[in-house]
Amino acid sequence: MTATLTGSAARAVPSAGTAPRPRPRRRVAPYLFVLPALALFAVFKLYPIGRSFVISLHKTVGGTDRFVGADNYERLLHDPLFWTALKNTAVILVVQVPVMLALATGLAVALNSTLLRGRAVFRLGFFLPMVTGLVAYGIVFSVLLNKDYGLVNWLTGLAGLDPVPWLTDPLWAKISLGLALTWHYTGYNAVILLARLQSVPAELYDAAAVDGAGAWTSFRHVTLPGLRPALLLTTVLSTIGTLQIFDEPYVLTGGGPDNATLTIGVYLYQNAFKYFDFGYASAIAYALAVLIGILGVIQFRFLGERS
Amino acid sequence: MTAARHRGRSILLSSGLAIALAVVLIPFYWLVVAATHSSREIFDSPPPLLPGGHLGANLNTLQNTAQFGRVVLNSLLIAVVYTLCAGAVCALAGYGFAKYRFRGREALFGLLMLGLVIPAQVTLVPLFQMMAELHWLNTYQAVIMPNLALPFGIFLMRQSMAALPDELLDSGRMDGCGELRLFWKVVLPPMKPALAALAIFLFLYQWNDFIWPLIVLRDSASFTVPVALAALQGLDETDYGAILAGTAAAAIPMALVFLALQRHFVSGLLAGAVKE
Repeated sequence: MTATLTGSAARAVPSAGTAPRPRPRRRVAPYLFVLPALALFAVFKLYPIGRSFVISLHKTVGGTDRFVGADNYERLLHDPLFWTALKNTAVILVVQVPVMLALATGLAVALNSTLLRGRAVFRLGFFLPMVTGLVAYGIVFSVLLNKDYGLVNWLTGLAGLDPVPWLTDPLWAKISLGLALTWHYTGYNAVILLARLQSVPAELYDAAAVDGAGAWTSFRHVTLPGLRPALLLTTVLSTIGTLQIFDEPYVLTGGGPDNATLTIGVYLYQNAFKYFDFGYASAIAYALAVLIGILGVIQFRFLGERS
Repeated sequence: MTAARHRGRSILLSSGLAIALAVVLIPFYWLVVAATHSSREIFDSPPPLLPGGHLGANLNTLQNTAQFGRVVLNSLLIAVVYTLCAGAVCALAGYGFAKYRFRGREALFGLLMLGLVIPAQVTLVPLFQMMAELHWLNTYQAVIMPNLALPFGIFLMRQSMAALPDELLDSGRMDGCGELRLFWKVVLPPMKPALAALAIFLFLYQWNDFIWPLIVLRDSASFTVPVALAALQGLDETDYGAILAGTAAAAIPMALVFLALQRHFVSGLLAGAVKE
């Protein structure tokens, strides 16, 4: 990159009026700026993506890789655990993501309200969970939600309720996972929505008020349409994140009880780094990538076109 | 709306959100309380609600069972080096994509952004094999290298750099500035807020990253904080007092950094997240 530094003193000032023709070093410079990123991306992302596909067509038998074609993908279709993992992930996607985004929308509207005092403190406070590492809050939640000794059951016990088997019952474990995810990501999504909300012109609300619109009507006809691009973004990000979910179930429940919180991410990890079945794990990874692609396209169609 | 009604609504909304915020913050409060109690006390009934006197003993246990001092140093070193290197890669690329027109610009940028939607899991197995072939397992560079060209960071930088006026660059060039010096002397100084946002994001990302360090760090002396904490939780007799003390110890510096620089962080992220 030293070439871009030398000879700068010899450079003539371009005469006014005629557009200066780009000099050789200015034609090379942009490539040098983006080169480190592209090179690293090629080595550590593109190449592994290709290699992963090759691995997914092989099976390791006795230390050597044998080409097996589509066998791993075929096995996937008949693997009940894969379908369990897929179903669990889908449940989180269909239940937790909409609840979280509705909460985030309400929170964003509230944080944007001129009626609210101390808005900066609230924004910061609700964003704080996002800063906490997944492992850290997974550990905290696993103790808080302990059936016999946890703070949560102690509190509900004060209200006379029976202890809830938060992490040891298949249904409650799913609910616990959903609660943990909602705790972690709602404030983050609210901040994204809030930024968009601030760009909705105040005149639109004034006009709605003049037309006699109540709070709900102006929310439906002014706020929601204004939020659409940000809602698309948060929906897509949450979908991608949910499909890849790994840290929370790994730390909180280990995928149990009885595989109730086994996600595709955890199942992939188990196959790769517990059973060292790299071929099968890579097939799972590719199935996951295809799924994310399909859902991404659907969401862009559905939410994008109507705007 | 009458003034009284206005005030009533304001109080209602503010107190409603305050209660919601309190619920959100309970895990933080409880983490601090639990970190200062022994495992036995944490699982007492009723559970402790105020800080106790066991923090020192917990940290001691942590040091003895998990070499926690070493683990924290590992995490710090990795996060700092990663932030500096990834920050440089992202800022250079963001500037290149934002302020130059060149053949293949859109295609190359699109290629990088593909990294945002391709699940990280697709690359886990081949990357692990690459690290093994390079004999990089248990090394710092194995953790640092693969995510240096972080698509989100490049995206963020391109958005921020695009806001820089072209006149500023042109006047720098008129003064005879070379392109790299221009970047260093003219472009970077006004970008400080955006760079601060990027730095916090990169630091938090690396400090909290779990699955990749879990895979490439196999020897407990090379563990990062999240990997060490998760390993402690997996033991048969889990000392929750010690684990939670470690969790709190790891969270406090993060919270402080975040609080000190939060203005840049949220606004910087938003600039990247919402502009279409």
